[in-house]
Amino acid sequence: MADKPSDAEILEGLSEIVEEVAGVSPDDVTADKSFVDDLDIDSLSMVEIAVQAEDRFGVKIPDDELANLKTVGDAVTYVSSHA
Amino acid sequence: MTTLNQTTGPTATRILGVGSHQPERIVTNDELSLHMDTTDQWIRERVGIAERRFSAPDEKLVDMAVIAGSKALADSGLSPSDVDTVILANCTMPHPIPNGAAQVADRIGVKAAGAFDLNAACAGFCYSLGTASDLVRAGSAKRVLVIGAEKLTDWVDPTDRSNAIIFADGAGAAVVGPSDTPGIGPVVWGSAGDLVDTIGMNPNPAGGNKVLYQEGQSVFRWATTKIAPIALRALEAAGITPAEVDVLIPHQANLRIVESIAKKLRANGAREDMVVADDIVYSGNTSSASIPMAMDHMRAAGRIKPGDVALLVGFGAGLSYAGQVVICP
Repeated sequence: MADKPSDAEILEGLSEIVEEVAGVSPDDVTADKSFVDDLDIDSLSMVEIAVQAEDRFGVKIPDDELANLKTVGDAVTYVSSHA
Repeated sequence: MTTLNQTTGPTATRILGVGSHQPERIVTNDELSLHMDTTDQWIRERVGIAERRFSAPDEKLVDMAVIAGSKALADSGLSPSDVDTVILANCTMPHPIPNGAAQVADRIGVKAAGAFDLNAACAGFCYSLGTASDLVRAGSAKRVLVIGAEKLTDWVDPTDRSNAIIFADGAGAAVVGPSDTPGIGPVVWGSAGDLVDTIGMNPNPAGGNKVLYQEGQSVFRWATTKIAPIALRALEAAGITPAEVDVLIPHQANLRIVESIAKKLRANGAREDMVVADDIVYSGNTSSASIPMAMDHMRAAGRIKPGDVALLVGFGAGLSYAGQVVICP
């Protein structure tokens, strides 16, 4: 296993995933942004982001947990505490 | 000791003809947005549907199946007496009894047909096609008329904006019979009964039929992660590579699921010029009817030629799934 990623590395990884799934510029993916309200990401794209994040960071993000990840920062914290 | 006879049949089967039927009434996204809080843009972005067809109140599932089945027979150049078995894939008959297949057989003119309904929800056509092929190869049936037909609008709450925008009505059919060369690859089928609760029926607050629900995110996750591997297994079972697939026809559940499956297959060697069915755009999700209907529409539009290698994969409630490779008629 690789070392546990830093929050900055998780944020960078997430922003790449969000760009690929939803076409959002990585510069816009900052911790305070809401996936739905700020980045205009719908519920199905959230699933795609979760699946890719699972593969990339080796975590499990069940659908009921996914519902609690409102902001990019929530997702970074979740991945960080489960990686 | 008593010895029983067992039959064997021809070693190879293929699809001899296809046909489909859609109700006349076109329902646009704009029309739906008059009755519920949605928009054309929202629907296109979430599910990729521009319009769909709804049956008239007096147009029954069986009526649509008869038309599609008759067209498939005509396309194959056969008459009803050349068929001895009818399989009707569906999950939306008005009642559990009687089944639909016997009525369909009788109305098409297939005398005393072996006739049964098969419910594997949106995987129903691929299950039925695999069953039909094996019935012929085992000598149990001479030729089989396989139909997928659905009247989903009977089982959807018309005010439920998450489902009423997706589901629609229609029928598609194929005739399966002996062939000189193999035209239907082995079916790869299975189920995930542990996820049964993700698609089901709830009581309708307005009374009447129960109404369909699905846990959208769970089903989407399953469909976009588990179905491409099933499709790859179907290729392996048929002994071909992804690069040999000319046409991909997944169940038309949601355009984003279709595109996700196509993307995963291309990542595994499928060609960029592989034609991908997008019949959902103008037909909606018609469950077991969607695959044969897409094949028929794509052939009529010149997007499929006879002899093309098509990869079919159905998936839906159960959860259940099935896929196989076929040579297009």
